[in-house]
Amino acid sequence: MSVAAQCPAIHVAGLHVVRGGTVVIPDLSFEVPAGQVTGLLGPSGCGKSTLMRSLVGVQIVASGTVEVLGEPAGSVALRSRLGYMGQNDAVYVDLTARENLAYFANILGAPGTDVDRVLEQVDMVRHADALVGRMSGGQVARVSLATALLGGPEVMVLDEPTVGLDPVLRRDLWMLFHRLADGGTTVLVSSHVMEEASRCDRLLLMREGRFLADDSPEGLLARTGQRDVEAAFLALTDEAAAS
Amino acid sequence: MSGTRTLSTSRRVLRQLRHDPRTTALMIVAPVALMGLLAWILYGEGNGFDRFGPVYLGVFPLVIMFLVTSVATLRERTRGTLERLLTMPLAKPDFVFGYALAFGVFAILQAAIVSGFSFGLFGMQVAGSAWLVGVVAVADALLGTALGLFLSSFATTEFQAVQFMPIVLIPQLFLSGILVPRDQLPTLLHWISNVLPMSYAVDATQRVMVSAQVVAEFWWDIAIIGVWVVAALLLGAGTLRRRTP
Repeated sequence: MSVAAQCPAIHVAGLHVVRGGTVVIPDLSFEVPAGQVTGLLGPSGCGKSTLMRSLVGVQIVASGTVEVLGEPAGSVALRSRLGYMGQNDAVYVDLTARENLAYFANILGAPGTDVDRVLEQVDMVRHADALVGRMSGGQVARVSLATALLGGPEVMVLDEPTVGLDPVLRRDLWMLFHRLADGGTTVLVSSHVMEEASRCDRLLLMREGRFLADDSPEGLLARTGQRDVEAAFLALTDEAAAS
Repeated sequence: MSGTRTLSTSRRVLRQLRHDPRTTALMIVAPVALMGLLAWILYGEGNGFDRFGPVYLGVFPLVIMFLVTSVATLRERTRGTLERLLTMPLAKPDFVFGYALAFGVFAILQAAIVSGFSFGLFGMQVAGSAWLVGVVAVADALLGTALGLFLSSFATTEFQAVQFMPIVLIPQLFLSGILVPRDQLPTLLHWISNVLPMSYAVDATQRVMVSAQVVAEFWWDIAIIGVWVVAALLLGAGTLRRRTP
């Protein structure tokens, strides 16, 4: 714990990202402590995915510092310590769930037993031998999430992992994220569904490439005097527009 | 680069082919059918099929592998699997050599079947060994794979990738000596043809067509194609980008 307290899992300073001639993230600085579930919430198109891509080192950034576990984002040392689930599902549709996971496990150098472990974690054991191309959207998303869980990464960057899932499964996955965080994993989860905010230890509310808030869910509601996160989001947006 | 990651990638590509039997069948049936059509067209033209058949036996796998690899690589880009792999400890050459190895293995099967039909059923004959015609077909298939991997990095959609086929392969075909013997080409075009790999594939095949002796030049031709394959694969690895806009 002492090491975690000294060194944040994610450290971003002065991040500036331009995509297709448009400034997506003007100037962002924040830190994410290790061993917490942090929610990155904001409407679609607010820059969540771009920020997440910057953290895993696949986004060309114009300027700024992005460090994960004390290493520059995208560095070789991080490649087996980080689990990433991107916006598109990024699994092979012409392979079964198990074949997908076995391949990615090989690339990560993860033990073969990991495949069964992650299939169980995302509740896909029954569909393990089905072709991904014949699965429902939610099932494909779970195979993609399972891939990010391979090798037991220290930091997980998950872009909308619970979209389109049924409420029971969504609850189970949030419980999984908290179990992982209790074990020391840093989990950063994005969502455009504001009601998912209450499940996070900490919230980053994002709009137009900027953070409206960086707080615990309780702290956010107390500060804005609102009853839910969606209302708080609106209050903060109005406040920002007025100032 | 790591042997196990390259081999895992090859195994994965071959598994994908196994789950897509229609594509796999087309990759084998299409060249067989085209060779059959060619044999039929040239039936009654004396030894016409013997003069043109062996050369085309190498051209078809080249075109097919080029298209299949281009589309496969582009899918990896658009679906995000390539991006995901590049966040993992995968070296870029693992990716391209993994593909080359998988399609190389498949090309041996393809060449064996297409040669079997051409020599066995369609009655094609060469002065040299039929096996060597098969060697050229496998080299051509690998060349198609390597060029497909490299050039697909310049395409952003599958429509664009497919367009590279006529742009890249048809001029090579024109200059390879099939239409006009290479030494009768205008000087500049002759020089260009001396550089292009398909010229050496055609040269190699023509040597087997006319001589029963395996000449050293045949293996030199194959070696030049091999250099092109490795160069295109390395360029393909070099153009993969971990970070994208």
